[in-house]
Amino acid sequence: MIGLVHFLTVAAIIFAIGLYGVLSKRTIVGILMSIELMLNAVNINLIAFSRFITPEVLTGQIFAIFTITVAAAEVAVGMAMIFRVYYDRNTVHAARLDEMRW
Amino acid sequence: MNELSYTVAFYIFAAITVAAAFGVVTKSNLVHSALLLALCFIGVSGLYVLLQADFLAAVQILIYNGAIAIVFVLGTMLTRRSQRHGTNDTDVNIPSRVVTLVSGLFVVVTLGVIATTPWHYSSSVIVEDTPSLLAQLILTDYMVVMEAGAVLLLAAMIGAIVLAKGVEE
Repeated sequence: MIGLVHFLTVAAIIFAIGLYGVLSKRTIVGILMSIELMLNAVNINLIAFSRFITPEVLTGQIFAIFTITVAAAEVAVGMAMIFRVYYDRNTVHAARLDEMRW
Repeated sequence: MNELSYTVAFYIFAAITVAAAFGVVTKSNLVHSALLLALCFIGVSGLYVLLQADFLAAVQILIYNGAIAIVFVLGTMLTRRSQRHGTNDTDVNIPSRVVTLVSGLFVVVTLGVIATTPWHYSSSVIVEDTPSLLAQLILTDYMVVMEAGAVLLLAAMIGAIVLAKGVEE
């Protein structure tokens, strides 16, 4: 019997993979992709809770829609910033963006 | 849907999703990572179907695979470097063992919490016709949040255009 625990386990594993990517990747594009993975894990959690705990009001699905909205906005702005950084500095490595270091 | 096929479908989709997500962070070519990200989103939408969120499964494929994954592939190709391999390396300055330890510890702690929490499953009937109920909720109870999301999308679009194009000096 597949229950809530199975879905939460999958989401936890995907979130940890995203966490690993955010902490270890070199390029900003890779970090942004890992953030998308983490947001997807959160969405799986929200919809699983909505399905098993409160199936009659759909609150989790509404919140998942808003998460998807924020993720889309984040990707649009993030990619625009990456283009800008690449245009100005000719690199997308996070470690080389150290202008504010003193 | 009977019990066995549901279980088999869950394990297939979970395996696709986790394997693709693992590939996203381990592949050293950024284009492979972007395509595996699209595959991961398809697996997640399959999980949504199993959770009887059919509208959100469609939204997942339309928005994530139709827009976000494509933007990633485009962005990868626009920030071209001389060689293709090694575009998504792990940072050598960050000790990979520590990062793996932190992520593994996160999984262990989360699974412990999931296993020990007493979940109260609801026995009320599941909504079959999700899109109409979602539309009704969005336009009544969550009206203000929906408006805020619309303004956020507009601001993000204008901001992205200004950032990518650059302002006139």
